[in-house]
Amino acid sequence: MSNAITSTTASQLLSGMAAGDWTAVDVATAFLDQIQAHDEQIKAFLRVDRAEVLRQAEAVDRKRRERQPLGRLAGLPIALKDLVCTRGQATTCASRMLEKFVPPYDAEIVRRLRAADAVLIGKTNMDEFAMGSSTENSAFQITRNPWDTERSPGGSSGGSAAAVSAGMTPLAIGSDTGGSIRQPAAFCGVVGVKPTYGRVSRHGLVAFASSLDQLGPLAGDVAGAAMLLEVIAGHDPSDSTSVDEPVPAYSMTLEQPLSGLRIGLPVEYFAEGLDSEVDAAIHAAADFYESMGATLVDVTLPHSKYSVAAYYIIAPSEAASNLARYDGVHYGHRAERFNGLVDMYAASRGEGFGREVKRRIMLGNYALSAGYRDAYYLKALKVRRLIRADFDRAFETCDLVLSPVTPTPAFKVGELINDPLAMYLSDIYTISANLAGLPAISLPAGFSEAGLPIGLQLLGPPFSEDRLFRAARMFERETPWHAKRPAL
Amino acid sequence: MKYTTVVGLEVHVQLLTRTKLFCGCLNRFNPTQPNVQTCPVCLGLPGSLPVMNRYAFELALKTGMALNCTIPPLTKWDRKQYYYPDLPKGYQISQYDLPFSSKGWLEIVTDALPSETKRIGIIRAHLEEDAGKNIHDESGGGGDSFIDLNRAGTPLLEIVSEPDLRSGAEAHAYLDELKLLLTYLEVSDCNMQEGSLRCDANVNLHVQGDGGQTIATPIVEIKNLNSFRGVEAAIEYEAKRQFDEWQRTRHKLGDVPKETRGWDAARGVTFAQRGKEEAADYRYFPDPDLVPVTVSEEKKRQIRDHFCEFPAAKRTRFETQHQLSRYDASVIVAQGKSFADYFERVAAACGDAKQAANWVTQDVLREMKERKTSIEEFPISSDVLAAILSKVGQRKITTNSGRTVFAEILARGATVDGTELVEQIIAEKSLAIAADTGELAPVIDAVLAKNAKIVADVQGGKQQAIGALIGQVIRQAKGADPQVVREMLVAKIAALP
Repeated sequence: MSNAITSTTASQLLSGMAAGDWTAVDVATAFLDQIQAHDEQIKAFLRVDRAEVLRQAEAVDRKRRERQPLGRLAGLPIALKDLVCTRGQATTCASRMLEKFVPPYDAEIVRRLRAADAVLIGKTNMDEFAMGSSTENSAFQITRNPWDTERSPGGSSGGSAAAVSAGMTPLAIGSDTGGSIRQPAAFCGVVGVKPTYGRVSRHGLVAFASSLDQLGPLAGDVAGAAMLLEVIAGHDPSDSTSVDEPVPAYSMTLEQPLSGLRIGLPVEYFAEGLDSEVDAAIHAAADFYESMGATLVDVTLPHSKYSVAAYYIIAPSEAASNLARYDGVHYGHRAERFNGLVDMYAASRGEGFGREVKRRIMLGNYALSAGYRDAYYLKALKVRRLIRADFDRAFETCDLVLSPVTPTPAFKVGELINDPLAMYLSDIYTISANLAGLPAISLPAGFSEAGLPIGLQLLGPPFSEDRLFRAARMFERETPWHAKRPAL
Repeated sequence: MKYTTVVGLEVHVQLLTRTKLFCGCLNRFNPTQPNVQTCPVCLGLPGSLPVMNRYAFELALKTGMALNCTIPPLTKWDRKQYYYPDLPKGYQISQYDLPFSSKGWLEIVTDALPSETKRIGIIRAHLEEDAGKNIHDESGGGGDSFIDLNRAGTPLLEIVSEPDLRSGAEAHAYLDELKLLLTYLEVSDCNMQEGSLRCDANVNLHVQGDGGQTIATPIVEIKNLNSFRGVEAAIEYEAKRQFDEWQRTRHKLGDVPKETRGWDAARGVTFAQRGKEEAADYRYFPDPDLVPVTVSEEKKRQIRDHFCEFPAAKRTRFETQHQLSRYDASVIVAQGKSFADYFERVAAACGDAKQAANWVTQDVLREMKERKTSIEEFPISSDVLAAILSKVGQRKITTNSGRTVFAEILARGATVDGTELVEQIIAEKSLAIAADTGELAPVIDAVLAKNAKIVADVQGGKQQAIGALIGQVIRQAKGADPQVVREMLVAKIAALP
């Protein structure tokens, strides 16, 4: 039975529990068993507290028995990337710096998930402070791609994507600053959504780059992602950048196909550097939409070639500032030996942060320092506005932009870790959505000859998540890719 | 060689809000219970986010407008980044290149310009969050440091003046006027002891060169100034010290890095503080956790409509409407809004503003100081004082008797309002002026008979000698009006053969 549960979609699990086929404890137990059986190998989770998970599941079952009102995700296990604050439970950002940090408060999305009676199954591995594209920058462990354990699950939400892919949880939360939900979703063959900036509260999300960070769902199918976003999205007065815009019932409109859809193909995206198998899969997806009555239009995003450069100025600048608080004074790692205050800062930060985090702190401080600020940071902000303007113009002639998620399928663990620039360039298709604040979805669109998943990305104008879900579902309904699961 | 002292002041004032600038923690001076007024936001915990306190912004706006500043329609928040243990986020949320107000002015009056005012330019005023406090334990070898974050995140207004001040006294006058304005606006209590008003002074000299040209000397920033008098003394000291230094070194502005000096109030000297090895680079950038703030014309109008009368306007009105001297007007206005209101109530009720001013600036102020009480708690209400002054004005009692009544009410500790008590005391002490000249006549005749020598002196043209006669009459006839007694004495003496 447990095998049936772990290969069941989130919506089927919900209806199964509602029908009495399974209790929440049955469901939680099945996923906990799957974790126990396979996470030794995959290393998707940093912490799973079996007893605590079962307690949550029992509480849901009790509510159901007592016919108390139940939340929209009642009994559904959800994994959290370990940068979402959970009250009383460690939240480490996969960093030595926060190894022993226990937040005294819940993130807003955790509050919403608890209110929806979700079962928080565990905290997943990630690149330290979400900086990276392979989950290799975790201070604690390297997560493996369930499709090929020699390969990376992508990152930084690699733990969440691998967990969903490996059937260890039906749903997971990731964060996306430059592609950190969509790229691992593509590498692991699952659905991942980066919502419009401001759609989901960042309160309690440990910041990497505040103007780019956005929390979002990872799921085995589009419906699961829609269901989860519906619960976590919405205005939060405790996040000043949260937008007060009603949340449509995504899961209610999901099955309605879009007619007269105009799909834009950015000419700049189908150029050198794109793997031929990925190229073929994306064009096949475009052809599919055309066969469903959509119109394909070429669009140009002339400033997209500057997106990686601009991103790697803006994100590290904000990161350097956001990470200044980890100074060993108030909480987090403090060096045992130091000589005076300045040395305490240097030693604590030197020991607490990994190489990639240090690299970005240095990049950011450099870009913001006197004499360089105008040439780097302010220039990058201008480029950012131009990138947004490119999309605004593109959306005058199309409803959605269709593109690859990544230039290649999953790379091998260790393949790019010593070549930061090549690693940064693997984010080329995802970064623009963050710079422009746009929503984007990554969904399974095929496999390489080596049997690795290939992702398809759909981008829309701000707050067009409902459109993205419907378009993604049109594709998902008629294609077999999402149904395939890795053999563990 | 001649020189001019040039001073600009940076003043930090804590705003009187209930809660902090970016979280819901209490904004309250509470040094005995460290770290109790804190939450994830002001502790800078991972994942916490700031939300602007709209009321704090409104108080700041009100101040900027009262300082005649330009208020742009859009302002934003920036991060000022530096490491210090009392700064839990590693940056301070402040305002960099787009402060909510700039280019204003404040008019001051100094002893040096008794009847004219001087306009001191305000470069800018911006809002920022305060840091916490490091407390160093100097006992056990000075090894331990503690951090209290109760103050971290409280709203702080920084007001930067143009270098328009020319002496320690002018700086003092500027601070007095600024503090007065801020207390009238009710935006800050400006308590320097509790740190709700802090001041740094930038001082240099403009020295007259040999060719008549003006040479600016290096700017020195003076810190640790903990009283207005200290600011004045430190500037005066610093000007002399800088002139000595100029004569020795001939260093001009730009020749050496800006120096920071502390003020040792006990010894009355400034001293070099450990200089920052290099100029601090705060790596300012817009805070991505906060959205820009817009200020509408409507909002500004609302604030303007609710402005109280500012101290400068009140002084001018007291001079014109109540015919007070500039000095009296200043003294009354400087005591604060409640005191000025008290004065106006007394003046209106007794109908003699000049008398009211005399009494409040002398008797009332003296008693307030002795009793260390505020005008709100002063036992003699404006009605009662007005009743006493009316009696004096109507010549029902003498000024001296008025003081007796005033003292008696204070002595009884009564805070009874109404005027019955005044009547009662006048009756009890028989202070009423004997208006009937018939009663006075025999007393006067007796006094004249007894003082033939003085009478002769008066007759001989020694007019001031009559004072002794008046005194004797009044001693015998309690409540007699000296004016009436004088007139009667003069008449009687004139009628003598």
